[in-house]
Amino acid sequence: MSEPAILVENVAFDYPRGVRALDGIDLRIDGGERVVVVGQNGSGKSTLVRQFNGLLRPTAGSVSINGRPIGRRHVADLAREVGLAFQNPDRQIFAGTVRAEVAFGPRNLGLGETERDAAVERALATVGLAGDEATNPYDLGFSRRKLLALGSILAMETPIVILDEPTTGQDARGIERVQRIVADLSAAGRTVIAVSHDMRFVAESFERVVVMRAGRIVLDGTPAEAFAEAAWPALASTYLEPPLAARVGARLGLGATPTEASLVGALTTRATAGR
Amino acid sequence: MRDARYAYAGTSRQVLAGVDLDVEAGRVVAVVGPNEAGKSTLCLVAAGLAPIAIGGRLEGSVLLAGDETAGLAAYQAAQRCGILFQNPATQLSGTTSTVWEEIAFGPRNLGLDIGAIVERVEGAMATLDIAGLADRDPQRLSGGQAQLVALASVLALRPSLLVLDEPTSQLDPAGTRLVGDALGRFAADNGTAVLLVEHKTGLVARIADEVAVLVGGRIVEHGPTAEILRDPALAEHGVDPPPAVRIERAVAAAGRSGDLAGLDLAALEVDPIAGAPRPTGAPLPTGARA
Repeated sequence: MSEPAILVENVAFDYPRGVRALDGIDLRIDGGERVVVVGQNGSGKSTLVRQFNGLLRPTAGSVSINGRPIGRRHVADLAREVGLAFQNPDRQIFAGTVRAEVAFGPRNLGLGETERDAAVERALATVGLAGDEATNPYDLGFSRRKLLALGSILAMETPIVILDEPTTGQDARGIERVQRIVADLSAAGRTVIAVSHDMRFVAESFERVVVMRAGRIVLDGTPAEAFAEAAWPALASTYLEPPLAARVGARLGLGATPTEASLVGALTTRATAGR
Repeated sequence: MRDARYAYAGTSRQVLAGVDLDVEAGRVVAVVGPNEAGKSTLCLVAAGLAPIAIGGRLEGSVLLAGDETAGLAAYQAAQRCGILFQNPATQLSGTTSTVWEEIAFGPRNLGLDIGAIVERVEGAMATLDIAGLADRDPQRLSGGQAQLVALASVLALRPSLLVLDEPTSQLDPAGTRLVGDALGRFAADNGTAVLLVEHKTGLVARIADEVAVLVGGRIVEHGPTAEILRDPALAEHGVDPPPAVRIERAVAAAGRSGDLAGLDLAALEVDPIAGAPRPTGAPLPTGARA
């Protein structure tokens, strides 16, 4: 059996002033998985994913990336394996132009000029910012700064990509773009981990949902399992709600229908079977 | 706003290109639209921050409680209008060490006496169910917690106009509902006019009295909430219809509309879940109650 992309063993994390943000987390994520972490505000989602690239180090327990414990490895070293796009792009963006911002990561990875330019070009095209290379990032609206922050991470072409609330502030087309990015990364065999409150995005774009409450994992399953009626009390205990499609499916006795497509599919199947 | 046109300082492009919009006392007016439509700029202009604080060129007319914003001093605009920025990190003062002091920052600057300040701070925290965060460091909150604290800071000002730029963008679903309900109540109880920019059309459907669709700096549709949110043109403008409308259409497209007969989808969406700890959500102080 190959090494997991990420292995979290009995991890605890305390912020200063004694706020315990993670409390005994065990989690194994295999290479190529598409996993989303959900939970109430303040449940420890962002704190958890920041353990994966060394931005935060566990107070107790251990985190391994591709079989190697993070230990005291530098963030710069881990950045070859794990890219993390922040929830708040303004905590990430610092360069004077869009191009410089996206080129920063690949340059630090030591890529040659040709390779670097190609990576930057690909990333900008993916996030829809081709043509904005010379723009000052702060002349972009919030939603496009989010996409820029995402592009900067994509340009590093890391095997593990973490997206913290990638759909925040995006309109319908922006969300579709983010969904396409997740699907393409996954198709290319990369491990994609997201944090999200957008339950439709969660249900449509991921194959595994990890539910957190007060620093612990309370549920870990497929979207069909996580949004099945039996799981609703667990979701509600961490201030989440199933998508409307799941509620409609349950009310109509169709079983788990986490997405609109699965709801329509179940209705059609039932009608065909009933003929 | 009458034919409001606005270009940022040092630029010639009008981000708002002739906007007419009224927000009356006690009403919630939602503005939806695609990215880069000018929604955040509309917020800055409505609140008077543009041009009072950030410069730029404003043409047309923007009245805040009867006076042109261009002629107001910053403190006068701030007394009439509270604005919640899209990014809560931009909003927090950075000068306080607890959430309680952060929320008190605005009321203190209004020159209120201590009794009134305490009443407003506690009231705003109760409205958003964040009393548990009172002693936390505002710089060490999760994104969603910071957003609730920023909103409480604005509510504590009790302005006659409340301008909210995506107030729930970082909130969990129950937190989103809590804020929606709280805003609806706040507007009704205090006669506050609320201008709400929001991508979550499910939330807009529940709390807005009317909806304006902003595209390319112009309002292209404006009317009663239910009518606008069911308009097929909405999706063409890059705005997702509410989940109930989406599902209705998807099921109809499969020829199965009859299966939804008797189901009120909008009501089902907010149906309380059995076993939920509280009817509304709020951030637990992490780790304090496992």
